[in-house]
Amino acid sequence: MEPIIRVDHLTHTYSAGTPFERSAVADMSLSVLPGEFLGIIGHTGSGKSTLIQHLNGLLKPTSGHIWLNGQDIWAKPKEIRKVRFRVGLVFQYPEYQLFEETAYKDIAFGPKNMGLDEQEIDRRVRDAAAFVGLESALLERSPFELSGGQKRRVAIAGVIAMEPEVLILDEPTAGLDPAGRDMILSQIRAYHQARGTTVVLVSHSMEEIARNVDRIVVLHSARVYMEGTPAEVFAHADELESVGLDVPQVTKVAAALRARGVAVDGATYTVEALERQLLALKGGSGPC
Amino acid sequence: MIETKQLIFTYPAEEGREPSPALRGVDLQIEKGSFVVVLGHNGSGKSTLAKHFNAVLLPSGGAVYVDGMDTRDELVTLEIRRRVGMVFQNPDNQIVANVVEEDVAFAPENLGVPTAEIRRRVDDALAAVGMGEFPTHAPHLLSGGQKQRIAIAGVIAMEPETIVLDEATAMLDPVGRRDVLAAVHKLNQERGITVVLITHHMAEAVDADRVVVMNRGEIVMDGAPAEIFSRVEELHALGLCSPDTVELLYGLNRGGMDLPLTAISVEDCADAIAVALGKME
Repeated sequence: MEPIIRVDHLTHTYSAGTPFERSAVADMSLSVLPGEFLGIIGHTGSGKSTLIQHLNGLLKPTSGHIWLNGQDIWAKPKEIRKVRFRVGLVFQYPEYQLFEETAYKDIAFGPKNMGLDEQEIDRRVRDAAAFVGLESALLERSPFELSGGQKRRVAIAGVIAMEPEVLILDEPTAGLDPAGRDMILSQIRAYHQARGTTVVLVSHSMEEIARNVDRIVVLHSARVYMEGTPAEVFAHADELESVGLDVPQVTKVAAALRARGVAVDGATYTVEALERQLLALKGGSGPC
Repeated sequence: MIETKQLIFTYPAEEGREPSPALRGVDLQIEKGSFVVVLGHNGSGKSTLAKHFNAVLLPSGGAVYVDGMDTRDELVTLEIRRRVGMVFQNPDNQIVANVVEEDVAFAPENLGVPTAEIRRRVDDALAAVGMGEFPTHAPHLLSGGQKQRIAIAGVIAMEPETIVLDEATAMLDPVGRRDVLAAVHKLNQERGITVVLITHHMAEAVDADRVVVMNRGEIVMDGAPAEIFSRVEELHALGLCSPDTVELLYGLNRGGMDLPLTAISVEDCADAIAVALGKME
């Protein structure tokens, strides 16, 4: 399949030519496939944030290329703004960037910049608000009157309202409680399924990655360290730990069970999957 | 010891809205030397409660005592803040100096501690959080977990009795989180410093002495981690969850097995399941 985004030998060097010169991304190549839900993991300083800021042209490569649907996004530097409408980026703690008088205006900001007409803007704001589960009564409120979780959803809706081909979310659940985390993620999943939009999720939570993504890219020291399906990646617990990451707790339970002679799949990474396997084993061995 | 008596707190209401209390009569005693985790969903009142422990917020009703001192008494405010240090969520908002050791020295300098004693305290505090190799580094070049440990060292340099961490691990990656937790557990065990840890991450509560669960401004559960996390349905009803080990055991029990919900650690959980499946004695 032709990738929707291809990162091609990307290098980004900060403070070039000074004693603080440092490559946050070094000769990195990877692909994002159309319609997939891709997870990116890596410890602080592994290059995640620098990478994703290249995907929508916020940063310019020191060398290498970003191809979006087969076109180099920097081929026409004056049109880089259009790339930002096609690849939507939701930053960490996006609620700090809300600034309009009402939630409605904040969500409408992106579509307005795209030059859409009022009617189309209104449709998009309402659609985006519905996708993130914001009641229409809240749209007329000041964003500052909303709860933390609601503000976060307004900020995400503002990016969704641009109807980007690729939606990138950097730690969208940081600081939320378990119910808030589940809500945001299930809404993103529903959006992904309903629209077929390509989604890239950056997260520190292995559980969150395990439950949501089709494929994982692991970054370490400015390079791609590993990539594969969750089952493939989480089978490498020792390597992940050596680069400051972890596997989901339930994967550790599966490994501990195998060490005790229980025949479960060592690459199990969700509670539900391990539960099914164990109940099947119990059924097979008769009542105990 | 920290004690709250029928603590009520109401934030000022916006124009035209009825004020609604964030804390509704909280009675809590935190024993010296204990490690207490406070859980609760966003808006449950847990941060509001924590901010009363060192007089950042003062009660609207009821009272808070730190070693018998009333937090409403302005004459003891500084002494209370020396005894109870706070570490907040965002590492970038609590560092004040350009050099690590100057940042850690900030509070003892303000307390008028003699220079030689400050030197000793700074070295000691940095060593205690595993940052002894970084005294002359620039804080902004450190990772989030390292910055939080510097913030903790800044509190330790006041030689406090209690450290309150208000979602201090929320912005950290798994390694940063693990390092910060290891540092506070060590301070608790080796120096007897009381730790109050406010978090959304159930896994951080597993090794605590005690777990307090807040909901709508009240304490609704209070007990040892194994006891609290075995009450899976109550936690779900509060918008919380148990660690995945307990969630797994709970799911298996619903599927007809009979497993103890107190097997929280990975090893205990695997043991319990292996025994039930006849793979172990």
